[in-house]
Amino acid sequence: MSQGLETFYDVIRRRGVSRRSFLKFCSLTAASLGLGPAAASQMAHAMETKPRIPVIWLHGLECTCCTESFIRSAHPLVSDVLLSMISLDYDDTIMAAAGHQAEAILEETLEAHRGNYILAVEGNPPLAEDGMFCIPGGEPFVNKLKRMASGASAVIAWGSCASWGCVQAAKPNPTQATPIHKVVTDKPVIKVPGCPPIAEVMTGVLTYMLTFDQMPALDRQGRPKMFYSQRIHDKCYRRPHFDAGQFVESWDDDNARKGYCLYKMGCKGPTTYNACSSVQWNDGVSWPIRSGHGCLGCSEEDFWDRGSFYSRLEDIDGFGVEANADEIGMAAAGAVGVGIAAHAAASAVKRVIQKPDSHTRRPHDGSDQA
Amino acid sequence: MTTMVTPNAANLDASGRRVVVDPVTRIEGHLRLEVNVDDDNVIRNAVSTGTMWRGIELILQGRDPRDAWAFVQRICGVCTGTHALTSVRAVEDALGIEVPENANTIRNMMQLALYVHDHLVHFYHLHALDWVDVVSALSADPKATSELAQSLSDWPLSSPGYFRDLQSRLKKFVDSGQLGPFKNGYWGHPAYKLPPEANLMAVAHYIEALDFQKEIVKIHAIFGGKNPHPNWLVGGVPAPINLNGTGAGTGGITMDRLNIVSDIVERCIQFTEQVYLPDLKAIASFYKDWGAIGGGLASLNVLSYGDMPARANDYSADSLELPRGAIVGGDLSKIHEVDLRDPSEIQEFVSHSWYSYEDEGKGLHPWDGVTEVNYDPGPGFKGTREKIENFDESAKYSFLKAPRWKGHAMEVGPLARYIIGYAQGNPEFKEPVDKLLTDLDVPLEAIFSTLGRTAARGLECQWAAHKLKAYHQKLLATIKAGDTSTANTQKWKPETWDADVKGVGFTEAPRGALGHWIHIQNGKIANYQAVVPTTWNGSPRDPQGNIGAYEASLLDTKMHDPHLPLEILRTIHSFDPCLACSTHVMSPDGQETKVTVR
Repeated sequence: MSQGLETFYDVIRRRGVSRRSFLKFCSLTAASLGLGPAAASQMAHAMETKPRIPVIWLHGLECTCCTESFIRSAHPLVSDVLLSMISLDYDDTIMAAAGHQAEAILEETLEAHRGNYILAVEGNPPLAEDGMFCIPGGEPFVNKLKRMASGASAVIAWGSCASWGCVQAAKPNPTQATPIHKVVTDKPVIKVPGCPPIAEVMTGVLTYMLTFDQMPALDRQGRPKMFYSQRIHDKCYRRPHFDAGQFVESWDDDNARKGYCLYKMGCKGPTTYNACSSVQWNDGVSWPIRSGHGCLGCSEEDFWDRGSFYSRLEDIDGFGVEANADEIGMAAAGAVGVGIAAHAAASAVKRVIQKPDSHTRRPHDGSDQA
Repeated sequence: MTTMVTPNAANLDASGRRVVVDPVTRIEGHLRLEVNVDDDNVIRNAVSTGTMWRGIELILQGRDPRDAWAFVQRICGVCTGTHALTSVRAVEDALGIEVPENANTIRNMMQLALYVHDHLVHFYHLHALDWVDVVSALSADPKATSELAQSLSDWPLSSPGYFRDLQSRLKKFVDSGQLGPFKNGYWGHPAYKLPPEANLMAVAHYIEALDFQKEIVKIHAIFGGKNPHPNWLVGGVPAPINLNGTGAGTGGITMDRLNIVSDIVERCIQFTEQVYLPDLKAIASFYKDWGAIGGGLASLNVLSYGDMPARANDYSADSLELPRGAIVGGDLSKIHEVDLRDPSEIQEFVSHSWYSYEDEGKGLHPWDGVTEVNYDPGPGFKGTREKIENFDESAKYSFLKAPRWKGHAMEVGPLARYIIGYAQGNPEFKEPVDKLLTDLDVPLEAIFSTLGRTAARGLECQWAAHKLKAYHQKLLATIKAGDTSTANTQKWKPETWDADVKGVGFTEAPRGALGHWIHIQNGKIANYQAVVPTTWNGSPRDPQGNIGAYEASLLDTKMHDPHLPLEILRTIHSFDPCLACSTHVMSPDGQETKVTVR
């Protein structure tokens, strides 16, 4: 860490925040992460003693929805993140400098902060045509990505592009868009998938790393367990309607207005690991199912190539809420090629749903990451 | 052959020093600019290169057209929603689906919320640092800053203590040596003209706008479940309305949700009128010289499709809230009609784009568009394959195609819309322009400029905030009249569709005219083409040698120091570039035609 940098506590105090408010912030942050009171004091101590960590945020093939989501964060406010928590030294989307002045920051970071900065990546590198389908700064993005990853203390893959490939990697993947863990192989990549990820999930992961100076616990696929270990379906407030066999049959029908389950309209909640049904979106105002549309499964690998968003999932595995992504992954890994059998102890749904249509799928098998 | 005159009357001289700006930051996506400056540091040649390609139209082939909105929405997460809306309109056009009145109203509200959000974020977070010197704010007098702020607006966050506190925090931030996003900025550059007090006020509003923008998009979250990338539906909108029946309050559109929308709408109007517009006027008053810089094609050729249908399913100019039409050759007395279905009107060329057509001398209408990528910078580029130094504009040099309307390069965006609205004499657009011109004491010609582009966006943000309120009231009135329908499902199932149909959908994205063309065969997408605003504005040259809006706008601009590209950033940012949008499209054909050389 560079010397002479101010700590988070110094910064927040000079922004006029009292010590009492600071401690309250730590408690709330700890609580929002599902951590106890001891963690709150640990967090306070960490923030009192650490300078702001440099963050380099690179953009490959992407749509900038991850940056847009990040700036929606309400807890903490993104203005506080930018001014008080991290030192966002490079991010094409908001940085003042351009051209040579921007690129100089990358080289300076490699020299001055080697081993001490976080590399955050939005989008992914295309490998076809020697990488020439994405050439910011006049060079293939994949080269810049590898160079900046070489000196990073940690690498975060923001969103489904960096984590899985996302829309440009959907079949036939014309540019050979490739998730970053396939090219950054010498250090762990923290995957924060979603298209985009929820703002508070992004700032939650970052805050956890800054506060505790450690990687978040990851599942076998590299996703933080704190946000990606349960399915949308596990915590869906419409789950009782699923269990009771009460379904929306057609858009805007009486059942839709009553808030029944969207499973028959193609909802991918039963096979999607994300925090939408618990953290919710945009400061908790809503989330897709609450607003009447099924889950697209946007945090899952290759969700674009799993049939129509309006095709019903054929098999609903019957794991309870206690199941996590690892267990599903392992179960699926043991059943590669045959899919997941319908769970015998399933709820009433199995008796009331109509004959499934021909589209079939199975939960993500987790075989991608060793 | 370093000098030439283009058919659209630009004098190009590539003999001077070549300057590269890459990456162009504070935009969406990846853009490169190369310019040649003469001995007086005046830009005499400009080359705009889109440096990314994703191929989304190829990915769409063979998919369910009802899914297309989700794919194309991922073309852009900044103007999130507008591609999805354009897509559902294209599919509905192809399949002959009419949407309920409430669906049209809600779609308009989502589009208008996007306008308010996108324009606000552009002004403060993508553009302001071109005009506002953050470091200069450190030497401001907080009391004088307060007096300045209070002389401009009733916005309550304006006390001397507020600005003193902000300045103190800013000073410690700068003193820490960790400047974060402000690192290596152009602070102290002589082109910054604002007094320290105006800089301090603008920095305060930069932070306030960052905190406020997340509120605006809650409208998307309520109607579409999330933002960025809310959910849409072919045939209507996914959110049902239930204010007073069994299950009301459990989801969809409910009374408490409508109250949140109502609050946000009022705050949008308030922030726009008490912060954004006063800042815009105050800042512009110090940069009136930019009313004569950066005009490019704006005084010649502008295009708008129009948007926000007042009546559901009526996309005629008469129904559209935003003006529709084209102006050519600067003749404001003649508004040309625009037909997106006419194969001779909108065409895309690839003679200077990294795509292949059978005949590259010709353009292709999007329904006939092809997408065959061909990265080939030609023999004349400088550098190596892995490290480009200069592209060669006489060869192919961009992943953007060159769209043309009846052969003309066109500027699109808020300024184009306001010029057309002004020329039509529509008071919704003409009166605010006239008032702003009077307040700034500048002539009408000043709108054809970098300053005009930035000002039009601010005026449009205010317009959109008020329209948002109007459509919210319309939604309430329609519900009160007993109509709560939000989706038409008569043609939801593919078996109800004709076997071979084509459709076109359009919107005005915040950045300008956006069209999607779709061909559906046997229930699947056979071809899909999008022609987007930044492709119009940032386009490379066409076979005739016409230059696009970005390139034209940079010509004749004098730079203080070509090594510091502040003047280039000002003009290019005034377009609000969105490269992920623009660099995925394809279309056909053409053999290279020599430009006039002298």
